[in-house]
Amino acid sequence: MPSLTLLAQSLIAGLMIGGLYGLLALGLSLSWGLLRLVNLAHFALAFLGAYLTYQLGTVLHIPPLAALLVIVPGFFVFGVALHWLFMRFQVTELASLLVTFGITVIIESMIQYFWTADFRRYDSGYGNASFHVGPLFVPTLELGACLTAAALAFATWSWLRWTYVGKALRASAEDPGMAAAFGIDHRRLSFLLSGMCAAYAGIAGTFIALISTLAPAEIWSWIGVIFAVVIIGRLGNPVGALIAGLAIGASESLTMAVVAPAWAPVVSFSVLIALLLWQPRWL
Amino acid sequence: MALKARRYLGPGAWSAFAALLFLLPNLGGPAFYESFLYLIFSWVALATSWSLLSGYAGYFSLGHAAFFGAGVYTTATLTTKFDVPFLWTVPIAALVAALLATAVGAVVFRLRSLRGELFALLTLAVTFILATIILNTGIDGGGGVFLSGVALPALAPTASGTIYRLGLGLAVLAVALSYVVRHSRFGMGLFAIHDDEDVAEVKGVPTFRYKLMALALSAAIAGAAGGVQAIYVGYVTVGETFAINVPLYVILMSVLGGARHWFGPAVGATLITVALFAFTSGGEALLGRAIVALALIVVVLLLPDGIVPTLLRLADRWRSPERRRPAAELPPTAVAGEPPHCAAAEKGPAILVCDDVRKSFGGIQALRGVTLSVHKGEILGLVGPNGSGKTTFINMISGHFSIDRGSIALGSDPIAGLPAHRIACLGIARTYQIPRPFNHLSVLDNVALAASFGTLLSGRSAILDEAWHWLEFTGLARHAFDLPSKLNLHERKFLELARALAARPQLLLLDEILSGLNPAEVENAITLIRAIRDRGASIIFIEHLMRAVVELSDRVAVLNEGAVIAIGTPREVMQNPEVVSVYLGKAYAS
Repeated sequence: MPSLTLLAQSLIAGLMIGGLYGLLALGLSLSWGLLRLVNLAHFALAFLGAYLTYQLGTVLHIPPLAALLVIVPGFFVFGVALHWLFMRFQVTELASLLVTFGITVIIESMIQYFWTADFRRYDSGYGNASFHVGPLFVPTLELGACLTAAALAFATWSWLRWTYVGKALRASAEDPGMAAAFGIDHRRLSFLLSGMCAAYAGIAGTFIALISTLAPAEIWSWIGVIFAVVIIGRLGNPVGALIAGLAIGASESLTMAVVAPAWAPVVSFSVLIALLLWQPRWL
Repeated sequence: MALKARRYLGPGAWSAFAALLFLLPNLGGPAFYESFLYLIFSWVALATSWSLLSGYAGYFSLGHAAFFGAGVYTTATLTTKFDVPFLWTVPIAALVAALLATAVGAVVFRLRSLRGELFALLTLAVTFILATIILNTGIDGGGGVFLSGVALPALAPTASGTIYRLGLGLAVLAVALSYVVRHSRFGMGLFAIHDDEDVAEVKGVPTFRYKLMALALSAAIAGAAGGVQAIYVGYVTVGETFAINVPLYVILMSVLGGARHWFGPAVGATLITVALFAFTSGGEALLGRAIVALALIVVVLLLPDGIVPTLLRLADRWRSPERRRPAAELPPTAVAGEPPHCAAAEKGPAILVCDDVRKSFGGIQALRGVTLSVHKGEILGLVGPNGSGKTTFINMISGHFSIDRGSIALGSDPIAGLPAHRIACLGIARTYQIPRPFNHLSVLDNVALAASFGTLLSGRSAILDEAWHWLEFTGLARHAFDLPSKLNLHERKFLELARALAARPQLLLLDEILSGLNPAEVENAITLIRAIRDRGASIIFIEHLMRAVVELSDRVAVLNEGAVIAIGTPREVMQNPEVVSVYLGKAYAS
């Protein structure tokens, strides 16, 4: 059994990576829950964002925060365009999975073409910054990702909960026909939401570039965990996604410390399967 | 004429083609062709097996790599570590994959909400878990497994010929199996699950078991293909085996060729394998992948049905006068063993007894203890304001909702708590207030499905005769070959009725069958309902149209806020002060 300090340290590490899970899960959960579209391309977009951050940072020496000024609006437009495609061809929930599967492969091929299949590491200079709390290290960047995830999750949640636009979106998700009969323009709102989701993917991508090593095939390695997070956190619930992300991150990290690092990928799916068997009310 | 020639030539041409393929290794061509054709066969088997569940029943699996990989590693482990002869390992690989699939299915198919997408993602998750387990245990250990020392049985003059023949055998087996399933009762049930699973269950399709069987069958073929693949590549690694390419290509091939046609996936698999090969041999693997992905997007958007069904539809339109037999030439409608005529007994034995049936949804008590019985040959009218629990009550009897308290018995069998398809088989059929036909099955098949699963009839012709009989009875025979979307509301309601009747129920539950019909159509329907009762069925009849209720019902029960407030002859009930107050307000009651 590892020491208490080590356990606490791995708990912190887990929560930090869990914040990133929550950040990635946010956009996916919203588009699945509120637009009824399963957007696999979300992961490809995040990695495209990561590579763009890397490119802008290493070649043009633009800091990541400034890179976001390019990525967020650019991705918003991409999200809107993607949603136009879905609306134009009246894509169903399952078909959306196939179409975005295709888009993911295309983006992956593009990334591999421009940046090769080699691993890339963005050395931003503050990648290893951290501070102490007692005997424990807290990595600054990861904490930033965590706080960003929390801020976005709570902001989106309150937006959906308290504003008319948010309420209209939730009404449309539940019954588009009825919402339309009450004068809600579902198309305009869904374009907005789809753009937002893509922008969230871009923000997550910037943090991925700063925190982890990049390779095109890495796109697929996140899918399983994030989907588990989205389902556990309940579709369309931003705060749920955040909490589920933190929980999964922490349990993975503790598994690494107590059992063995190689078994960590099994944790999220085992939690998911256990939950499906248990079927709690909130799922 | 051309059609006849085609039909006679068909099997001959197919056999000749199959024989030619089988003899190829004896012709002594370069090994490359055998190897390339093996690849096509392998993908044909995988894509066809995928469509058994995902195409027919509509549950998209992203986890075909898990079943395929289970097969790969079963063969790899058994041949290298336990010296099991290779040929033995292939059926074992199939069995292991089928067991894995059954375990996965038993978990995920129990869920009622989130079905399709959750299934897709869970199968993907299983792939990752399995890959992690294999990578981290002695099965692989991270270094991959060499099968180069494994002895091959001599099924052909050369080693590549042997593998070729194994691949051919698998592909033929998969396609034949798919054909058989498609044309069986099992296949019909899977198609119904695709369109509307709840209705399929209520019509008597054992949905849980069918989905599980389809998944296990699909996984077994994938597992066997994996076993052969292990020997073909000679060196297996977790990264290659569980790559996302497997589900991607399998889905693309099936969707491209037509996942809901037995031959579609085979066509798609051949096209894509050739295309991929053309790109990889040109040294543009990356571009090839991107183009395949783009093809997937275009096909899903533009040809949602796939190549084979689209071509068949075009061909069908071209020679439609020959193929569409007019209804007049169809088999006679008289049905052997028609239910005995039974005059409406005033007080026959009770056929349905409900005692203190309770149901609540969250805090809302939908039914607060409903006690009533229906006698044999009786029409019981069930009336009450909207929200009084009428449809909930029907849903409880047909097994769509579970019961909180109380009991329901049909004859002497308690039926509360039974799955809906068992209740349907015991002789309860229902209609839906808003018609819910199977949209991708023809009107005839909609009714045939109900006859097939609701009665003890067996044999395709007996079932079709039964279906035709009820189509004639409801006046829908001329629409037999149309899809339900072509029917108007009146006809759709009658299709609901024909489907319910085709199950030859002892008890028929009619949920607002008259609402939305014009006066002439209502007259028509009332005549029909009388005719049904005269054939011996008992009927619970939910209706708002009081004239019809009074005219048809032997007894009327009034539900209000989930409880029976009055029951008796129509006249008694209409004079009951409580009923009057519920319908017209307290002021009129006094």
